[in-house]
Amino acid sequence: MSAHAPHSLRRLLALCRKESYQIVRDPSSIVIAFVLPVVLLFIFGYGINLDSARVRVGLLNEDSGPDAAAFAATLAGSPYFELHRAASRAELAQWLTAGAIRGFVVLQPDFGARLARPGETAPLEVVTDGSEPNTAIFVGGYLQGAWQSWAQQRALDRRLPADVPIEIVARYWFNPAALSRNFIVPGSIAIIMTIIGALLTSLVVAREWERGTMEALLSTPVRRAEFLLSKILPYYVLGIVSMLMCLAVAVWVFDVPFRGSLALLLLYTSLFLGSSLGLGLLLSTVTRNQFNAAQSALQAAFLPATILSGFIFEIASMPAPVRAATYLIPARYFISALQTLFQAGFVGHILLEDLLFLIASAAFFLGLTALKTRRRLD
Amino acid sequence: MLRRLLPLIVKELQLAFREPHTRRLLILPVLLELALFPFAATLEVRNATLAILNQDQGAASTELVQRLAATQAFPHRLLVTDEGELRRAIDEQRALLGLWIPEDFSRELAAGRTAQVLAIPDGRRSNSAQIALSYAQSIVQGYAVELARAAGRPPPSEVVVRNWFNPNLNYRWFMLPSLVAIITTIGTLIVTAMSVAREREQGTFEQLLVSPLTPGLIMVGKMVPALLVGLGQATIVVLAAVFLYRVPFHGSVALLYLSLLCYALALSGIGLFISSLVETQQQAFLGVFTFMVPAVMLSGFVAPVENMPLLLQGVSWVDPLSHFIVIVKGIFLKGFGFGLIWPNLWPLLLIALATMSLGYWMFRRRIA
Repeated sequence: MSAHAPHSLRRLLALCRKESYQIVRDPSSIVIAFVLPVVLLFIFGYGINLDSARVRVGLLNEDSGPDAAAFAATLAGSPYFELHRAASRAELAQWLTAGAIRGFVVLQPDFGARLARPGETAPLEVVTDGSEPNTAIFVGGYLQGAWQSWAQQRALDRRLPADVPIEIVARYWFNPAALSRNFIVPGSIAIIMTIIGALLTSLVVAREWERGTMEALLSTPVRRAEFLLSKILPYYVLGIVSMLMCLAVAVWVFDVPFRGSLALLLLYTSLFLGSSLGLGLLLSTVTRNQFNAAQSALQAAFLPATILSGFIFEIASMPAPVRAATYLIPARYFISALQTLFQAGFVGHILLEDLLFLIASAAFFLGLTALKTRRRLD
Repeated sequence: MLRRLLPLIVKELQLAFREPHTRRLLILPVLLELALFPFAATLEVRNATLAILNQDQGAASTELVQRLAATQAFPHRLLVTDEGELRRAIDEQRALLGLWIPEDFSRELAAGRTAQVLAIPDGRRSNSAQIALSYAQSIVQGYAVELARAAGRPPPSEVVVRNWFNPNLNYRWFMLPSLVAIITTIGTLIVTAMSVAREREQGTFEQLLVSPLTPGLIMVGKMVPALLVGLGQATIVVLAAVFLYRVPFHGSVALLYLSLLCYALALSGIGLFISSLVETQQQAFLGVFTFMVPAVMLSGFVAPVENMPLLLQGVSWVDPLSHFIVIVKGIFLKGFGFGLIWPNLWPLLLIALATMSLGYWMFRRRIA
């Protein structure tokens, strides 16, 4: 690598072309660059649905009165439940244990009688499957809601005052139907960018070290800036193309709203790609071995980006030391920006914070890579 | 035969633990995931902030706000004074849920009508917001029932919810049994997937072929170490789950190991298939990754299988992890006996048979 040769656009383009061939010619790069993103996007979009749409629920009605029958009919008619009627408690317990239902309701023999007697409260027994905590919360909530609207209707029909005098009316902002897909699909773009940026780059560059072609490259009059740019640009273009593809799939296939500006999305994606490409290059330069590079990229980039970024798991719920660690993870800011751009459009306060942290992490990783490259080459 | 096989098994095990990069792959995930996942990977809602806008001057709303402020569910409260401020608190994600008590709240209550409270959950985080809403709902409801009782009109009916198998809906009780399955997956796949690829990379594969071992025996020699590693890792996680994280274990240890063995067999078939398909250890590693991410995502670990579209539920059925997770969780939390394991064990056996045949076929093709 000569320090005196002038910069040359032709040389840079030639290097970029070489890099692009390298991506296309290796089957494992093809898998990472093209197959994995598409597969992941569809799995995240269709496979990770936290909203229990139609829960299987059991019902045991031991009361033969009209009130119990009316409540059972409400459950049967609800779009939230797939109702399975049982003949005994033992049957319900068996279904719940086997996972055939996620919860059940029992109407005791005196349900109607206690309901009619003034001054008494008839219990409505609800049991959920706690081995699936998230589903259990939903089942409990849905059944409570079904009971509430039934009780209200009953009071209204009989011209009685409402059973429970306070009612909560919920209006979900940004996502009126409260679909988990609307935050998971935008977040998955960050995961895919991590795979392209860190995993793919670390592999391809480490391969050059492994095969000794890096030394050959160094003996040419390539300048450091040209060298780094040639390693960054092709992957950057790949990342942006992949992001646009994800955007199209998110909006047209998954019906996720995109309310922000495309220019901002490009800006944030570029910054995030900057830091993950930097990390990928850094890992490959440090390890100089494909295997170790891939492994460390997975542990340093992919795992934090899925677990510690707020992609699925709520950061606020983590214990304080883990929460503190999430501030160091670039994916956290990118996911926050993605969720804002897709669902809210523009929230200056959040986007500014994300912008600053993403600039800092991109500068840090790219700067460190440049530094490491000079030490090893000059 | 066993005398011939044993040295091969010992050699494979030594190799797996001698090479620094495989050793790291076998030890790091166990430590990292055991320490991190139970704390970080949770869908529970803790430390949430509740924004409250109280426009009512009456005693009832003051009491309600005090009750909301006293709960553990929302350790942070944000008292806002107007609509704009409430809107900003949600927009800027300073609060997960906003509650708006309108000015006629006390008046409506006093008049015997139903008073309304408007809840504004942040839909950008719809899952957490829904859970936060259900916390708020139960507090408001509890207060309302008390009011009705005090007025001499107890509600005619009420819902009593109990959670079986995990009364407090502790997310760790869900996470750790699932981790047994996931960590076993990594270990078993890595050892088998690396094995043939390593021999090929280092040129020792031909030497193995000229040895008096049949392809079937060579394959067994590659699978047994993987099974041992998987069983060992699973044991570590089970011990940590029971003694460190205090997850109840209601089932039988023997049944757990029986299912574990079937699961590890299914995985080692997949590992051998990957290993025979690729040229280098690095490609084998990527192959494992490409298989594992969808396998974990579609297993019911992150989101329930029953919420997926039918086509993906079919894919999930073929995924050995989805059956094994049900078994491990069942043995841990529900005390599954053989009868309850069987509906998930026979698909696992079937999958094991299929992957091992596939692995053997691919392995034979590689030799030829």
